[in-house]
Amino acid sequence: MKQFLSGNEALAEGVRLARPQVISAYPITPQTTVVEALAEMVGAGTLQAEYMHVESEHTALSAAIGASATGARTFTATSSQGLLYMAECLTYASGGRFPIVMMNANRALALPWNIYGDQRDSLSLLDHGWIQVYADSNQEALDLALMAYALGEDPAVSLPVMVNMDGFALTHTYESVDVPTQEQADAFLPPYVTKNRFSFEHPVNMGYSAGPEYNRFYARAHHDDMMACARIIPEVEALFAQVMGRSYPGMVEAYETRDADVVMVTLGSVSGLVRDVVDELRAEGIAAGLVRIRYLRPLPIKPLIDALSAASAIGVLEKDISFGAEGTVFTNVMSALSRTGRIPPALDLIGGLGGDDITHAQIRDAFDALIACATSSASESEARQDPVRFLGMDDLGGDAACL
Amino acid sequence: MPLNARTITDEELFYGHKACPGCGGALVVRQALKVLGPHAIAALPAGCMSATGFNFPQLAFGNNAMITPFASTAAVLSGIEAGLRAQGAKPEDCTVVGFAGDGGTADIGLQALSGAIDRNDDILYICYDNEAYMNTGIQRSSLTPYGASTTTTPASKREHGSITHKKSLFDIVCAHELPYAATASIGYMNDLLRKVETARNIAGTRFLHIMAPCPVGWGFPSKDLMSVAKEAVDTGLWYLAEYEGPTVSGVPGGRFKLNRNPRAFAPIAGYLQRQKRFSADDAADIEAIERARDERWEMMRSRWA
Repeated sequence: MKQFLSGNEALAEGVRLARPQVISAYPITPQTTVVEALAEMVGAGTLQAEYMHVESEHTALSAAIGASATGARTFTATSSQGLLYMAECLTYASGGRFPIVMMNANRALALPWNIYGDQRDSLSLLDHGWIQVYADSNQEALDLALMAYALGEDPAVSLPVMVNMDGFALTHTYESVDVPTQEQADAFLPPYVTKNRFSFEHPVNMGYSAGPEYNRFYARAHHDDMMACARIIPEVEALFAQVMGRSYPGMVEAYETRDADVVMVTLGSVSGLVRDVVDELRAEGIAAGLVRIRYLRPLPIKPLIDALSAASAIGVLEKDISFGAEGTVFTNVMSALSRTGRIPPALDLIGGLGGDDITHAQIRDAFDALIACATSSASESEARQDPVRFLGMDDLGGDAACL
Repeated sequence: MPLNARTITDEELFYGHKACPGCGGALVVRQALKVLGPHAIAALPAGCMSATGFNFPQLAFGNNAMITPFASTAAVLSGIEAGLRAQGAKPEDCTVVGFAGDGGTADIGLQALSGAIDRNDDILYICYDNEAYMNTGIQRSSLTPYGASTTTTPASKREHGSITHKKSLFDIVCAHELPYAATASIGYMNDLLRKVETARNIAGTRFLHIMAPCPVGWGFPSKDLMSVAKEAVDTGLWYLAEYEGPTVSGVPGGRFKLNRNPRAFAPIAGYLQRQKRFSADDAADIEAIERARDERWEMMRSRWA
């Protein structure tokens, strides 16, 4: 049924359809309306779940870990400083192989204090062993809530999933969303069954310590099972398409990349705007393309290589900066491409920090800079020397009036 | 039949751990689990008992058990309980129990504990108090007593040990008006066993603060564990008390009870002298310790006795 929902409401509908048994909730802007919506559902009886009013994000995730250890399907949600506050629990959840689903409303990190959207929060925690996926629309947010459980709970994976949604740009923006029926959701997502749980017949010790002689085996299994997502994600999406009639393109979405000279790589909801610019450029005869990263962990190595290695120049447009280095998405994309032995000239376009608008003109300008990189050896060498450009501050070499 | 050393089960649920000889904390875990039985689910944060009980492949718990983040004992307990309840999978004789040290409880774990009590989650939280961060090598916690030397409050020319008195964790917990809370000591084992049993049979959040001396951190021979624990109570430097919240006692604000209220205390000088951690304390320190004890007892006797 079509409904007009904010991103947070759409996500909450997806969570409801997934039938979580335990929800631990702590408010933080711009996640709050998710836990509000779930509280209303529990109150109305449309969602049968233990709703825990916890006193912090640290406890929100810890409680989810405890609940998951009993074999319960669990959900929590957070944002920004809240995500960082629970950061140490992230490794307990992933190391314990608890397939908790957590929504993260992407938001800037203090200081300066800022409640608006960028992606520094989740990107700073890429190494904590969680699957990370980024929604581009409210529909995708709803659908990802269901697919996240299917993926994380797959016995070949058994890992927690962070579903990221751009703060305000997605969380508080309304779109028409197709809400599946409970019957459809149940047909797609069976109840959670696992051996990774307490048992009264055969008691277990969970989340123990493993010293230097054993630690690597746990880490290796964690890594291998994360990599298995490359195989499991298409299976999950195929079943989803079969049941819901809506398909998703795997770990990345490649748009007009087949013959593209210049390709912009994005993460999250800015992709829609970039897609429009690509269409305009195509209409002008410029072979532009877009690669939208959906899953950043595991790193979609092969899809990135397939979509990008033939390009003449690449831009990575990201709402993130690893101070003193470069954008984290850029680092990851370059790492994937390095395996081909050929990395096209690339620009790391840092924008949208603290909720700053990324404008149509800036994206046009960025594409112009990529075209310059692709055609001028001077521009290419400049890009290779220092690829980092701050949108709205640095001269991209295009029309300065656009900045 | 009351639980005591004669009647308690011989079945061991905490066995084969790597705790030091004469460890008070290990005794707390071992004895409490005997009372709670094999369907207890235990959660332990970073600390001596998880460091010595959870070393793969030497896993020491015969019941279901897991490690938690340091600050998260109560939070994980709440989650376990909610998970079992949500699935209708909680046996009637299942106690969800946490064992955390003084630092894990009174310092880093206090917020989560307060949250769990606020929700009145159906859990039993046991703090084994050895009066410092022993697992990391004897650093001061907020339950380290005045005058005790630790590696972060070393006896020096300036100070003779910790310059703060023990924070009153029991009072803080009881201020939440939870169903049941008690203090206990491994030196008075029958009292301890009775309190674990009482706590087991009450619903909602329950809390036990158990004094559990540490031979290594306190500086006394392992064989003296029980006599040191007993002497801590006999000198009045630790106390045995119970609190029944309004829902259990029917009394607004709840009801306190002193389980042991001796007419006279054993002298503290001998108790302090047999522990290396107090070895730098002078007459003024001993007087300060005595004065704090007397003030505490005056309060407890006037309000609880």
